[in-house]
Amino acid sequence: MEEIKPDKTINIKGLVCPYTFVKSKLAIEDMEVGEVLEIVLDYPEASRSIPKSMEDHGHKVLKVEKVNDTDWVIVIRKERD
Amino acid sequence: MELNDEQIHRYSRHIILPEVGGKGQKRLLSARVIMVGAGGLGCPVGYYLAAAGVGTLGVIDNDTIELSNLQRQIAHSTERVGMHKADSAKKTFEALNPDVNVIAIKERISKDNILDLIKDYDIVVDGSDNFPTRYLVNDACVLSGKPLVSGAILRFEGQVTTILPGEGHCYRCLFEEPPPPGLVPSCQEAGVLGALPGVIGGLQAMEVLKLILGKGEPLKNRLLIYDALKASFRKVKIPKNPKCPVCGDDPTIRELHDYEAEYCQMRF
Ligand SMILES: [Zn+2]
Repeated sequence: MEEIKPDKTINIKGLVCPYTFVKSKLAIEDMEVGEVLEIVLDYPEASRSIPKSMEDHGHKVLKVEKVNDTDWVIVIRKERD
Repeated sequence: MELNDEQIHRYSRHIILPEVGGKGQKRLLSARVIMVGAGGLGCPVGYYLAAAGVGTLGVIDNDTIELSNLQRQIAHSTERVGMHKADSAKKTFEALNPDVNVIAIKERISKDNILDLIKDYDIVVDGSDNFPTRYLVNDACVLSGKPLVSGAILRFEGQVTTILPGEGHCYRCLFEEPPPPGLVPSCQEAGVLGALPGVIGGLQAMEVLKLILGKGEPLKNRLLIYDALKASFRKVKIPKNPKCPVCGDDPTIRELHDYEAEYCQMRF
């Protein structure tokens, strides 16, 4: 699978729900439709809830990956304003 | 305008709503709403608008707090009896949310000052307790093209409507003139069960938030009536009346006038 280049990356390690999603949503609001957001986080619950909430808001989840013992990387493409 | 960390926390339950988000919250923070009255309805309306982060709230009330107000006017308190309601409301709302700038206007509204008072605001909320004021506010909003969210309460019944001049009905489309004083309940009859203004004021606040956010359907051409004893809501259609004396095709009211009738001011 080809590597997706994010247009923006946010690091929300240390944040818990719901602020993990709040920060992610604010980041994606400021982007253009079609752009890609990369989120780095370490709150396990959010690795499941953020992709689900982003899909509920109409965006496309491109990747959810545990990258080491503590961190996940989630990649989202903005699909609508 | 960027939201700071404290605002991101404070408004997080707004931000996670698809219909609001950071953009909607910024709209709320830059909105300007003026309320006529800081009594039964004005207290809950202002409380919720302040909590939601509506950035500028004008509060017009010339009355001072009396003990008999406190059974329903929840922004005031026992130790503030004698204080101006507008000052008390400012204190309460700004304590709840320092993002909000409350402008206390200790004036009696009349045909001479109302247009000037409302001109710098986006939306007007009527929480007044008498017909002369309700008609004056209606006419002023129609003449100046300001959206108006109007509420009224009596005993166990309340009503809410949203007037969008040029788009929908106005108060006079339904009743051209205020009722004669004899038909209005006297002071002895004008009781209100304490939580009723909370229900109606909450609905008014919701209408204001929807207007600011541009979401949902406003109560345009509709009157929502709540019967507390039956625990029922009903919505009545009020078509825009082409013969309405103020918003009709050939209006006869082109300037404001006061109704100085012998109305009970319900000062209790
Ligand atoms: Zn009308």
